Amino acid sequence: MDVLFRNVRELVEIAEQEDKLISEIMLEQEELISGRTREEIMGQMDRNLTVMEEAVEKGLKGVRSFSGLTGGDAVLLQQYIDKGNTLAGDLLLDAVSKAVATNEVNAAMGTICATPTAGSAGVVPGTLFAVKNKLNPTREQMIRYLFTSGAFGYVVANNASISGAAGGCQAEVGSASAMAAAAIVEMAGGTAQQSAEAFSITLKNMLGLVCDPVAGLVEVPCVKRNAMGASNAVVAADMALAGVTSRIPTDEVIDAMFKIGQTMPTALKETAKGGLAATPTGKWLEAKIFGTAAAGYSN
Amino acid sequence: MKYKSVFDIIGPVMIGPSSSHTAGAARIGRVARDLFGRQPKWARIHLYGSFAETYKGHGTDVAIIGGLLDYDTFDERIKTSFEEAERAGLTYKFIPETGNVDHPNTARIEMGDEESEMSLTGISIGGGTIEVTELNGFPLRLSGGHSALLVVHDDRAGCIANVANCLARYDINIGHMEVSRRERGQMALMVIEVDQRIDQDVLGEIALLPNITQVTKIAG
Repeated sequence: MDVLFRNVRELVEIAEQEDKLISEIMLEQEELISGRTREEIMGQMDRNLTVMEEAVEKGLKGVRSFSGLTGGDAVLLQQYIDKGNTLAGDLLLDAVSKAVATNEVNAAMGTICATPTAGSAGVVPGTLFAVKNKLNPTREQMIRYLFTSGAFGYVVANNASISGAAGGCQAEVGSASAMAAAAIVEMAGGTAQQSAEAFSITLKNMLGLVCDPVAGLVEVPCVKRNAMGASNAVVAADMALAGVTSRIPTDEVIDAMFKIGQTMPTALKETAKGGLAATPTGKWLEAKIFGTAAAGYSN
Repeated sequence: MKYKSVFDIIGPVMIGPSSSHTAGAARIGRVARDLFGRQPKWARIHLYGSFAETYKGHGTDVAIIGGLLDYDTFDERIKTSFEEAERAGLTYKFIPETGNVDHPNTARIEMGDEESEMSLTGISIGGGTIEVTELNGFPLRLSGGHSALLVVHDDRAGCIANVANCLARYDINIGHMEVSRRERGQMALMVIEVDQRIDQDVLGEIALLPNITQVTKIAG
């Protein structure tokens, strides 16, 4: 069965020629490939949205992972925002705290919706629920935010990778952040091309990001990378809405990400053998959590 | 396109912490159980690449066992699947391997009971999407997320035509099909990816066709 779009250029072309939202094109494509009705498809995404809402709520109440490496930072951030004296601004830090909340729930083996993966599950919902407070979207617009994110993620997954083991963290948090940036632009009333620009600006600035989870766990540095990914997305969306463009076209950025992933050493692709995982403290934490001998390291 | 649905990207709803190491692993276990046709009594699970390096912290082990117990990716019982397995009479062993494999997240599950044994190799390609790359020594390419039919049969004339005819009667279109066999006249396997959903009636009818040993669907 043929698909409506294979890359971002085609996606934006359809949006412009048919005067449609990117979320609409993703919805039409899903109808085409699944044979399901629009109501069924919207209903499933609505349920995913509910899972995301519940994860944010749970994380903001405070959770802790079994390893003890993560948890509680979302609460700290909300308390800090409530003091009313943030430097970065309330919306930005709200997105950050909600991205952290989701990922802390994930690390604690709670229920989340992968967007596009579990390790990067914080960015899309984190930005959505923060931007929601500013733009007051309808429930349908919130569901559409997920279809817009999905459309861009679909291109990345099929033309590059969304797996840390295959492409490094740039493929996970990098993709998630760029997907979120594109969706923020649509929700804020920007054009399809502006969504693509926001996507490019975000992903370009996360290129080369390695996947180096301490003790092999999706916790350190993953939770904080979701936080910074969320802030990247919000800023890039603002830049695109301001009219800033990317000199390198989106599909070429995606291709560059893929090629960087292919040339990245295995030690930096979710094997816990390089980067932060291989630091003395990283090895010490691994030994502490799993009781394995970490020869040559002490702390 | 490896990823067909938007829900491969925004989804699955799952128990954390890793879509490829937890949700993908649960799906590999569940597909193995589906293909076995019932809950196995024992399982030996070989883990390769990143699965072998990080399976404990990612709950890959509990997720695969959860899958073998027929749990979905979001089933809370994944967290306690070792205890559930004991209650259900399933024994298991995890064997981290150091050998090279094509994909960094690979699991090979050998399983069985008094009646039969089966082996399956699955890879977790990211975001919870999986592919089955080997079944009982037959190499194959099959994604766990889309409607497909696996038919184990004796290598006899007419088997393939009978199955195709049956699908045609139910107005089910074949998108992709692979047939393979061990040796002439021996055990053979059809892998049929279809565009429509397959309901139980179709499976029942195929199972009754001559020379068919086992029919399993992988839900889309």
